[in-house]
Formats: sequence, C-alpha cells, structure tokens
Amino acid sequence: MFKIAKYIALDIIKSKVVMAYTLLLMAICISVFLTDADVTKGLVSITTIMLIIVPLVSVVYATTYYFNAAEFTELLVSQPISRKNILLGKYIGISSSILSAFLIGVGVPVLLFAFGSTGIILILTGSLLTLCFISLAFLASVAMRDKAKGIGLALMIWFYCSIIFDGLVLVFLYALSDYPLEKVLIAITAFNPIDLARILVLLQLDIAALMGYTGALFQDFFGSGFGIVFSFGLLMVWFVVPLIISLRVFRKKDL
Amino acid sequence: MYLLRYIIYFTLSFFIVFGNAQAKTIVVKSGAKPQSLKEAIAMAQNGDTIVVQKGIYASHNTVVNKSLTILGKNRPVLDAQFKDEVLTVTASNVKIEGFLLRNSKTGDLRDYAGLRIFGASNVHVNDNILENNFFGIYISDSHRVSVTNNKVTGNNNRRQAGNGIQAWKSDHITITGNQVTAHRDGIYFEFVQNSHIKDNSSEKNLRYGLHFMFSNDNSYIHNQFKNNQAGVAVMYSKRIKMQYNQFNENWGSSIYGLLLKEILDSQIAHNTFYKNTSAIFMESCNRNKIYSNSFSNNGLALRVLSNCQDNNFTLNNFKGNTFDVTTNGDLLENHFAHNYWDKYEGYDLNKDGIGDVPFRPVSLYAQIMERIPQSVILMRSFIVNLLDKVERSIPSITPLSVKDDSPQMKPWKI
Repeated sequence: MFKIAKYIALDIIKSKVVMAYTLLLMAICISVFLTDADVTKGLVSITTIMLIIVPLVSVVYATTYYFNAAEFTELLVSQPISRKNILLGKYIGISSSILSAFLIGVGVPVLLFAFGSTGIILILTGSLLTLCFISLAFLASVAMRDKAKGIGLALMIWFYCSIIFDGLVLVFLYALSDYPLEKVLIAITAFNPIDLARILVLLQLDIAALMGYTGALFQDFFGSGFGIVFSFGLLMVWFVVPLIISLRVFRKKDL
Repeated sequence: MYLLRYIIYFTLSFFIVFGNAQAKTIVVKSGAKPQSLKEAIAMAQNGDTIVVQKGIYASHNTVVNKSLTILGKNRPVLDAQFKDEVLTVTASNVKIEGFLLRNSKTGDLRDYAGLRIFGASNVHVNDNILENNFFGIYISDSHRVSVTNNKVTGNNNRRQAGNGIQAWKSDHITITGNQVTAHRDGIYFEFVQNSHIKDNSSEKNLRYGLHFMFSNDNSYIHNQFKNNQAGVAVMYSKRIKMQYNQFNENWGSSIYGLLLKEILDSQIAHNTFYKNTSAIFMESCNRNKIYSNSFSNNGLALRVLSNCQDNNFTLNNFKGNTFDVTTNGDLLENHFAHNYWDKYEGYDLNKDGIGDVPFRPVSLYAQIMERIPQSVILMRSFIVNLLDKVERSIPSITPLSVKDDSPQMKPWKI
C-alpha cells in the first residue's frame, strides 16, 4: 500500500502540475499579505480564494490522475495485492502530494504572516477540504468508467458544493422565511463541506457582521467548542465516508 | 485733573490691598484644628483659600456653600465611606483641585455622587481623581462649569453604577481632558445647552461612552470612545457638532459606534470609526452633514433608516467594512457624493479622480439580509459574491436612489 503511495507521489511531483499549484497558492497568499496591511482582511481574502480554488484543483486533479493511471491500476490488479490496498495506496499518494502543496502554498505564508488561532483554523479547514474533495473525486472516478464522464461528474460535484447548494439554500430561505429556520440551517450546512469550512473560518474572522438574533445564535453554536468539534467532525465524515464507499465500489468493480 | 486721577488710583489700590489682606488661607491637617474640610468651610469666608494636606479624611456630604478655592496638596483623600455623597458645591465661584474623592453611597432613590455641583455658576473642577462613586461628577442647574483633567473610575458594578460625568439642565459646561471608565454612561447630558466636550476618553463603560438627550448646540471634539458596552448614543438634539472623535471597537450584537435618533441640523465630521459592529445608526435624523469621516473594518458602516431625510454624506472613506450602507426601505433625499468606497470597481477614463460610473453602496446581499436575517449563514460564499456582482451591473432589488454619482478613485487623506 505505502509502496504504491510512494510511487504515485513521486510520479505526481515529477509531473510539475502540483508544483504549479503550490506556486499559484503561494503567489496568491504572499501578494495578498503584502498588499494589505491588515492581516485579518488578508485572511478573509485568502479564505474566499481558498474556498474556490482548493476544492476545484483537488477534485479535478485527483480525477484526472486516477483515469490517466488506469492502465497502471490494471497492472496492479493483476498482482497479488488486495484491491483495497491498491485504492488506499492511490489515495494516500495523491492526497499527500496535493495536501503538501496546500500546506506549503498556503500554510507557510499564513504561519509566517498571520500566526494565531485563526491562521491555524484556516490551515486545518483547508487541509480537510482538500482531503474531502479528493475522496469525492475518487467516488466520481470509481462510479464512472469513462474519463470524460468522470471528470464531468467531479466538476459537477464542485459546482454543486460551491454554487448550486448555496443558491438552493437562498431559495429555501426565501420560500420559508416566515418560519424559524435557524436550527434547520445549522443542520443544512452539514450537507456541504465548503459551507462548513466557510463558517468555521468566518466565525474566527468577521463576527461583526453576524448581527442580531440569528447571528448570535449561529455564533453560539459554531463559535462554541462543541460547534467547532461538530464542524470538524462533519468535515472528517465528508472525507471518510466517500472514501469508504469508493473502496466498496472499487472492490467489486469490473475494470 | 491729575490729582483726581491719583486719588482714584490710590483708593482703588487700597481696596485691592485691603481685599487681599482679607482673603486668608486655611490649612486643613489631620491632628490639628481645623481637622476636616467641613470645619474649615465653616471658618472660611467668601474668597478664602483652603489647602488640605495629605491624609485620609471622612467626608459625609461636605457642602461647599461659600465661594472658596479648595486645593488638595499631595492628593488628600475624601472618603464618604458609602454613607452619603462626598462633596456638594452649592456656591458660585468655587474651585476644587487635587483631591481623591471616593466611596459615595449607592442608592435607588437618590443619585449619590462623588462631587455634586448644584445651582452654582463659575465652578472649576480640575485634576481630581474620583473612584468607586455611584455617580462621578453630577452637575445640575448650573452655568459655566468647567471639569478638566479628572480621572473618573466607577465601581464597574452592573446593578449599582451611575454615570461618570453627568450634566442636567445646565449650560456653558466645559468638559476637557477627562478619563472616564467603569461607569454606566461615561458622559451623560440631558437638557444641556451651549457646552463643549473636548479631549476626553471614555472607555469600558457599562452602557454608553457618551449619551445625550435634548441637549442642543453642543460640540464634541477630539474625544475617544472605545470598548463601551453599548457604544455612543445621542438622541433628540439639534445643532450638534461632533468632530475629530474616535469611535473604536464598540463590538457585539446591537452595539453601535454612534447611534443617532432624531438628531437635526448637526455636523459629524473628521471622525474615525474603527471596528464597530455598526459604525453609525440613524433613525429619524434630518438635515445632517456627515463628511470627511473614516469608516474602516466595521461590520456595518452606515445604517440609515428610511425615515431619515436630507442628510448629506460626502468626502468620507469607506474601507474594509462588511457592509457599507444598509437601509430598511428606500432612502429619498439623502445624498451621497465624493466618497471613497473600497468596493468600487468602476473606471476613470478622463483621469479626474472621480469614477465615471455611479457606485451603489447598498449591496444585494445587504438587502437579502434585511429581509431574511438567517441568510447571514451565506456570508462570503461564492454565490453571494456572484449575485452582488450581477446586481452591481444590473440593479434590480437594491434601492435606486442610494448612489454616489461621483465616487472617488483614491481615498481621502483623513
């Protein structure tokens, strides 16, 4: 399993795409911190960018890599290695390289310019988000036979999580604005890893705008120790559950 | 003629010398007569000076009913031991300087104060420290009172805190260079006219840093209001000047940097609003000029309710606020011009420093939040950014009347 992971990680590093991703993240972070004197504002900008780029790159790159290495997978399957180990090896290989790209690209600048609890939460949520979307990419990959369809599905997942879901929430709020929706909303956010990550970082950053009764309620929940554990736990669920499902599918899949 | 003039000079100088000889200085010292300020006042006559030496003196509502200059040497302590007020001034032309007044009684029926000035004029209170009093300095029915360089600290007890410096039904009050903290309201004015509040700092009070009602023609200049539990609230007043003040870090739900209610014909200029939940909240305010202020890092820079009319917002800087302007309806007859908005994305083809496209400070998301407060959960999400961008180019929901036709490309130097 780790041998496969090591091989894949080395292969990815050789391909330079991940290197470009690292440099992109780093360039964004450093330029944001250098142009803006206010660290908090810089963290807000980085969060906004991170919430779009990190899931997109993770999901698309992982899917593409999975399909590009399809022949290698077939070769591995012919060897006496369990399918679970093959997929886990791939997962560890891909996720470790993308994760380290994120940690170098975002983690290092954030720790250098904005060391503190907010920075650490930003890095943690970003890392978990990366893992979540690689898991989802694996789910998309094992569900589809065709490369185009697989990447299409992966993109749909990203599109759904970052735009459609929030749009639906907005429509839902408009339609049912007469009802007390606060608690329902907390439950609804659990269905989208990007929302979870956003709220986690947001509560560390601009509490000012969370005004009035609703804001206070959300802050009571997500700002408390339990709320933070809850959100991190749900992000972990988003990372583990798709992976387990894809392992099951892959075990029985006709390659 | 010369002779007559000499005679006049001579008589005048005689009176001056004689007057000086009359005004004596009484020294209060523990252990010797007079032992207390009360005894000294009983001995004194108008125009005398009382010097109180260092020591701790019990003072259960000592009444200053003569025109005296009362000086504390090496900061003597007047302690009411929670039994009454510390000091009450009822005479005019009194000066009180250099004391530490502490431990006034607290009460529900009466407003006990560290220093009460009642029905007097020309009273000067300089360089005193007031600690642990129910009310700090309480001025009522008085004229031309100056309160300068005092340090007023309350008891920080939510249930038993009065105001730091309170003025009621007075005029020509000058409050300069004081520090007020841990009281209910830092500075409170009611029915006070023609007064000036300058260079004070009011921090960490339990309610408002500054609070005034029905007080016209006053000016508030160079004060600092920081970290007060409910910010600053000013109501039902006309012709107020609020300039060069700092409203910082008044933070939390329903806390305002500056809450204005029925304020008319006033000027709010050159103030700094930094990190407030709502920097300015306006309700029923008409004909005010709000110019050259800096709004930065606030949750909400301006909240103007639609019952406000004829207010002018010009030459202000808006930077890093989550929302620049919000309202609950349409804003008619309120004018925005020549402000700098960091969210402005227009262009300036003729390079005159003014953007060619008008800026609409009320964002779509602010309008959505107005209708559905729960949508706060979507803050800073991609879809909200997207909708805001679309709305900026093709406005549909946001009020058309709220716009700045001449947004600045570069921030003003404030």
